[in-house]
Amino acid sequence: MDFDPVTLSRVQFALTVMFHYLFPPLSIGLGAIMVLLEGTYLKTGDRRYEAATRFFTKLFAVNFAVGVATGIVMEFQFGTNWSTYSRFVGDVFGSALAAEGIFAFFLESGFLAVLVFGWDRVGKKMHFFATLMVFLGSTFSAVWIVIANSWQQTPAGFHLVGEGAAMRAEITDFWAMIFNPSAMHRLNHVLLGSLLQGAFFVMSIAAYYLLKKRHEEFAKRTFTVALGLAFVSSLTILVSGHAQASAVAENQPAKLAAFEGHFETGPADLYLFGWPDAESQEVKAGVALPGMLSFMLHGDRSASVTGLDQIPDDEEPPLAVPFVTYHLMVALGMFFIAITSLALFLRWRGTLWDKRWLLWTFVFAVVGPYIANQTGWVSAEVGRQPWVVYGLLRTEDAASPSVPGEQILVSIVLFSIIYTALGALWVFVMNYKIKHGPEDVGEGPEGPKPQEGQIEVAADVRDPASPRRLAGLEDS
Amino acid sequence: MDLHVFWFGMLGILAAGYAVLDGFDLGVGILHPTVKGDHERRLVINSIGPLWDGNEVWLVTFGGALFAAFPEAYATFLSAFYLPVMILLFALIGRAVSIEFRSKQKAGFWRTYWDHSFAFSSMMVVFLFGVAAGNTIEGIPIGADKEFQGSLLDLLGPYPLAVGAFAVIASAMHGSLYLYLKTEGELQEHVGRLRWPAFGLFLVGFMGITIATLVRNPEALANFERYPIAWVVVAFTVLAIANIPRGIVKGRAGQAFLSSCATIVGLVFNFGMALFPNLVVSSIDPAYSLTIRNAASSESTLAIMRNIAFLGMPFVLTYTVIVYWVFRGKTTLDDFSY
Repeated sequence: MDFDPVTLSRVQFALTVMFHYLFPPLSIGLGAIMVLLEGTYLKTGDRRYEAATRFFTKLFAVNFAVGVATGIVMEFQFGTNWSTYSRFVGDVFGSALAAEGIFAFFLESGFLAVLVFGWDRVGKKMHFFATLMVFLGSTFSAVWIVIANSWQQTPAGFHLVGEGAAMRAEITDFWAMIFNPSAMHRLNHVLLGSLLQGAFFVMSIAAYYLLKKRHEEFAKRTFTVALGLAFVSSLTILVSGHAQASAVAENQPAKLAAFEGHFETGPADLYLFGWPDAESQEVKAGVALPGMLSFMLHGDRSASVTGLDQIPDDEEPPLAVPFVTYHLMVALGMFFIAITSLALFLRWRGTLWDKRWLLWTFVFAVVGPYIANQTGWVSAEVGRQPWVVYGLLRTEDAASPSVPGEQILVSIVLFSIIYTALGALWVFVMNYKIKHGPEDVGEGPEGPKPQEGQIEVAADVRDPASPRRLAGLEDS
Repeated sequence: MDLHVFWFGMLGILAAGYAVLDGFDLGVGILHPTVKGDHERRLVINSIGPLWDGNEVWLVTFGGALFAAFPEAYATFLSAFYLPVMILLFALIGRAVSIEFRSKQKAGFWRTYWDHSFAFSSMMVVFLFGVAAGNTIEGIPIGADKEFQGSLLDLLGPYPLAVGAFAVIASAMHGSLYLYLKTEGELQEHVGRLRWPAFGLFLVGFMGITIATLVRNPEALANFERYPIAWVVVAFTVLAIANIPRGIVKGRAGQAFLSSCATIVGLVFNFGMALFPNLVVSSIDPAYSLTIRNAASSESTLAIMRNIAFLGMPFVLTYTVIVYWVFRGKTTLDDFSY
């Protein structure tokens, strides 16, 4: 049997990068919330904020570990499966990856140790600094990787040398390469998407506690912080998304046409939903706002927008996947605005905590940002096809010529098994920790006021010579 | 300074940093099964708990730097070693999640499973790096198009496998010297007893690999003939090795560990000298080998990357010092331990 190495490598890349991307957005978003919570503790001395930060630290650590474990695959997979691509872009793309290692990963991993294991080893200011640095490190990581990916979308600051298979891109203008036309739009969008992920994650846990009448004090406090962040992020990401769509229309018209199912060049409608049919060249079962896409891009409902008819046949992206994923992402974005606005209004009115149906919605709404972050990337990457570097290198020409399809199939099977197990373990451990809940402490700087029945345990934890501790009974 | 040579040296520094730092925590992983009792095993894991992740970043940065400075070598090497690299990645994943997940449940089967997984994946990582290093010295079938032309079996020759086994031994010895520093009481005594057989095996392995290299790959000496000053490092390596038993006998555990660190730096240096100026040696025709000239990025990119390295490395060293300082001393368990 003959296995097509390009197709298999694409499947493997999609599998590994999508699975990996379940974790970094939460690390960034949860990191931001931990900075807010611990900053509040530092400012007010209210130990309940410290307890909240400690609780999220444990969840953060598990999530971060899986993110690191699956991320290391990405660092090497360009070389293993896409050697032609690696030769072509090494000068540019490799530089961004190396910078990510030096500027982001060392910062992140170094201070992560202090954040997770340093609670009782460093002062509280130093600890807050570590939390801040971990957040900054994960943000830097996003900066470099989004820059690298954006260069593939909108290459700039380079020239081509060599010919045929030996052709490659070399940097001519470093800053033009960094600030390539799509980089900053996409970076904003990715970071805001991560903040939403973190905020909805925290709100999901808090809503669950409120419904179960556990840790209510903690839940109300963290829900409110996260709700504020989610509301601001969901509005800002709309603005960011609009700016980005305008940039896509200018830089990658084929991609926008695929997103919007826009077949014929001319005034463009804005579909709320539908199914693009390549054969009949129309969107089926769709509802559209006439001329709205033209209006949003050019401020004029009859302005002309490039359609797929202008794109050479062999440069057209697939249709269904970008259209559906893009629309799903936008719809979820609207849902985030709606649900956070409503919750904020009810919070202001003081009735939010009684609305059980809304709290239940928030328990499950955490799935929303996961789907939105995934579908956003899928539409961006599939919409760039058939190019791996837009206009310069085709995906079909980018794979490793020396790797047989059978070997890739073997690695796909192994990745599938390992990642399924990892995903299940992640859910299991996170669920266990969430059910376990935060430590209940009183407010005020004097120290925790343990509730009934917890005095013994709390005293044990603080006393370094306690028998429980020496015997290693305190489990993390 | 010649940028190509600079980047060869920079990769050497990153590789040495990785081998010294992740070397000891992978070694701790290899020794993990010899320690009995859950409390003791937790101490073992927590001795590297806050450090292993940062140590692994040296590898990630090595990968990024190789990609940026010598993309042709990055592409050829990784695609040639496709399945071994995949197994390496699975092992790195396995190591990371074993440490993370082990402590999350108390059930015996759960912890036993992750203990096995931790030890096996740690050993696998070191072994595969050794095999890769052995193949790099011996050369692999690379054609005129810079692509690998062999099969998986070409990568499993006796010399690379022997280097892989030697790497496991070296890492175990390095790990035992580290673990001795971080433990106390009975556990420390147990680790102390492991140090001698580990060192003995290391010494035998070191001599065996040295002889095998000189017999099978005499061209490894070419650079030493060209730059006789490099013999100083060989002498330094031998002295460092000799200082390990001296440190153990005299009860200077810190000195023994530092000597082991110096040994590993010396071994990485000698490896680099044997390789220079090649990155991937072709066993078909030396003219097809990937070198620091024909595999490199453009001069301007190498210069940009050099500036990034100069800007970033002081920070990297600062973080490393801070973390090792915060977590100095004997390992104890607390609420946040694994």
